[in-house]
Amino acid sequence: MFFSRWQPRSAARITHQKILSRLSVGLLLAPILYSCDTAASTDASTDVPVPSGSNTVTVLGVVVSEQQAKLEAAFAPFEEETGIDVIYEGTDAFTTLLPVRVDSGDAPDIAMFPQPGLMRSLAEEGALIPVTEVLSQEELATYYPDSWIDLSTVNDEIYGIWYRSALKSLVWYNPKEFEAGGYQTPETWDELIALSDEIVADGGNPWCLGLESGNASGWPGTDWVEDILLRTAGPEFYDQWVQHEVPFNAPEVQAAFDYFGEIAKTPNYLYGGQTGALSIPWGDSISGLFTAKRGTDTPECYMQKQGNFISSFFPVDVVACEDVDFFPTPIINPEYENALLVAGDIFAMLNDTPEARQLMAYLATPTPHEIWAERGGFLSANKQVDLSVYPDELSRKQAELLTTADVVQFDASDAMPGSVGTGTFWSGMMDFVAGATTEEVTDKIEFYWPEERVVSSDEAGGE
Amino acid sequence: MDSNNVSLIFKALLAIFLGSFGVIGVFYALNILVEKAFPERARIKVLPWIYVGPALLLLTVYLIIPTLRTVYLSLFGPSSNEFVGLKNYIFVLTAPDTLTTFRNNLLWLVLVTGISVFLGLIIAVLIDRVKYEQVAKSLIFLPMAISFVGASVIWRFIYAYRPADAEQIGVLNAIATGLGFEPIGWLVNPAINNFALIAIMIWLQTGFCMVLLSSAVKGVPADVLEAARVDGASEVQIFWRIIIPMIMPTILVVSTTVIVLVLKVFDIVFVMTGGNLGTDVIASRMIREMFNFRNYGRGSAIAVILLIAVIPVMVANIRRFRQQELNR
Repeated sequence: MFFSRWQPRSAARITHQKILSRLSVGLLLAPILYSCDTAASTDASTDVPVPSGSNTVTVLGVVVSEQQAKLEAAFAPFEEETGIDVIYEGTDAFTTLLPVRVDSGDAPDIAMFPQPGLMRSLAEEGALIPVTEVLSQEELATYYPDSWIDLSTVNDEIYGIWYRSALKSLVWYNPKEFEAGGYQTPETWDELIALSDEIVADGGNPWCLGLESGNASGWPGTDWVEDILLRTAGPEFYDQWVQHEVPFNAPEVQAAFDYFGEIAKTPNYLYGGQTGALSIPWGDSISGLFTAKRGTDTPECYMQKQGNFISSFFPVDVVACEDVDFFPTPIINPEYENALLVAGDIFAMLNDTPEARQLMAYLATPTPHEIWAERGGFLSANKQVDLSVYPDELSRKQAELLTTADVVQFDASDAMPGSVGTGTFWSGMMDFVAGATTEEVTDKIEFYWPEERVVSSDEAGGE
Repeated sequence: MDSNNVSLIFKALLAIFLGSFGVIGVFYALNILVEKAFPERARIKVLPWIYVGPALLLLTVYLIIPTLRTVYLSLFGPSSNEFVGLKNYIFVLTAPDTLTTFRNNLLWLVLVTGISVFLGLIIAVLIDRVKYEQVAKSLIFLPMAISFVGASVIWRFIYAYRPADAEQIGVLNAIATGLGFEPIGWLVNPAINNFALIAIMIWLQTGFCMVLLSSAVKGVPADVLEAARVDGASEVQIFWRIIIPMIMPTILVVSTTVIVLVLKVFDIVFVMTGGNLGTDVIASRMIREMFNFRNYGRGSAIAVILLIAVIPVMVANIRRFRQQELNR
């Protein structure tokens, strides 16, 4: 059910997956390590594998199971070319495990962070080596847009190399149905509301919304609010909000909730109404674009806002660009026109070894990006990645958006402390759609914001 | 690396072998040791400890020490490194979400215990007079064999909601729309979602209550019942005046078992609603505080509150048990 890592997971699932991932790491890695080892022992005379240092580089990341094979494939050219053995370890408990390993002096050479929050706190502690030690800022700028470099900058130092990315500021629609209804894709929020009203007047439901996701229910609603806030209050305010320099119930945030309320609470906007939104599993709700209401030929809904990863939930017979297409979330404040809400994995270096430096340099080049992109389910913000490697037109368009965005901001709920980001923010979105007012919801989330500083206490709870 | 893996597999096999047969071996060996090493007198004193000892040791390591540590952790902050006194308890006892969980647990306690024991009793008495008793009993007992998570998955289909314009996939909403009503959001309507969850637990527990109560009902001596009938007591009078008082100890044991079970329930809530929309219970809140929010202090405080809530039930249970032993 969970195709991409950026969809939140339940705790039960995590503990379960932890076991699974341990197993799969053990089982999957066994043959891979075996083959690497035989290759290494032909040119190096060491029989005993050395954990770190001589001719190996250790990488810790969140990618497991079948995704791990794609990542290993991306490392392969590097291993062949340099003879350096990349020992990758995938874990679902990354945010717990990494601080513990750093504290106990057993840090991996390179870590693949699922979100920049933990990277930021480790960088502030001085546990990371700036990437500028390896690549100059100018070199980096040839690979990544400034907006992405900004997102990996802590206290004016650049720490990370972005790898797999997800794009969340997308509204999906069915071009055929739009044509049949004579609808135009909107560019501004007012046009979006006008379009929605028009669809309602024609007897349809403009929106599909599915918030159900086990005990992560509500997260698609957080993406809505975050995207709207980025478009109304701008990236600086957004940052302050994530860092809790402004309270969660600040007027700007409440306004963003109200914008979302226009979609979620206007009668006839949602297919199935608010009860439908609360009950329908998030992955199922996209099928409304392609399914006609019983006994009619109007589709269940015309639009859905969801990240690029929703494409794995399309029915098999859906043809990209013909049956389904997307437009970026409409502009609300023209000042923040080309802003995108994203998620992604970022590599950063913890041990300054020559091997790690070589790998970091390699990771910035388009090769590892293209290898995974070809295999599908991957977007890269790397400007030099050849767009033709993407297996379909839609991901090509998404990658283009990613590499040309003026402003990118990271998914806020991923970066907020757990009790908010995976707790009251999610459940608050459920309450909000179920009928709670903006004030009730935002006040409660603010109440639950932990008193301690965000990442330092929450993530680094090792000792 | 290669030989490493082989040795890992070998170690795993060895562990399974030792785990399975080692325990028997240890008891056997200790028994022999005691019989050889101690004189007759001392042997009688030592031998019980040999048998109880490993269990006591495990209980200490896995139950008593963790309990004490939980109490200790509940006085500390999220990552257990600064002392905060009773702050976690005050937060838990005043925060809106945890207050909802207390209300819900109370609701669960009253409804699940009440209804499943009542239903179990009625069924136990009625089933006694049915021809196909064994079949009927097994059918009612069957849900007991399903894990809570499994049952929750089944009930998700029963409660499934699809908008009115779509094909219903949930049994209840298919019936509702079939009768011309709008489909109902069983799990998301705050007025009914708690009851929808409680119904699952009742479905699971009624069989358990029935089986125990049924054997108690059968244990009521036939001559007592006959005497009552000869004296002209009606069946209802027999039920209230004779059967109920005679099986009271069993009813109490069954009730306390269900109460403790209900206090611990979290799987159903976790799977069905994730505790959203006012359905959270104490145990699922504890899990979320601990493992989702990584707040060990608050999670431990909730655990301690839960423990305190269970203690009176356990004490009552033990007292009753002792009294029964005395009466024997």
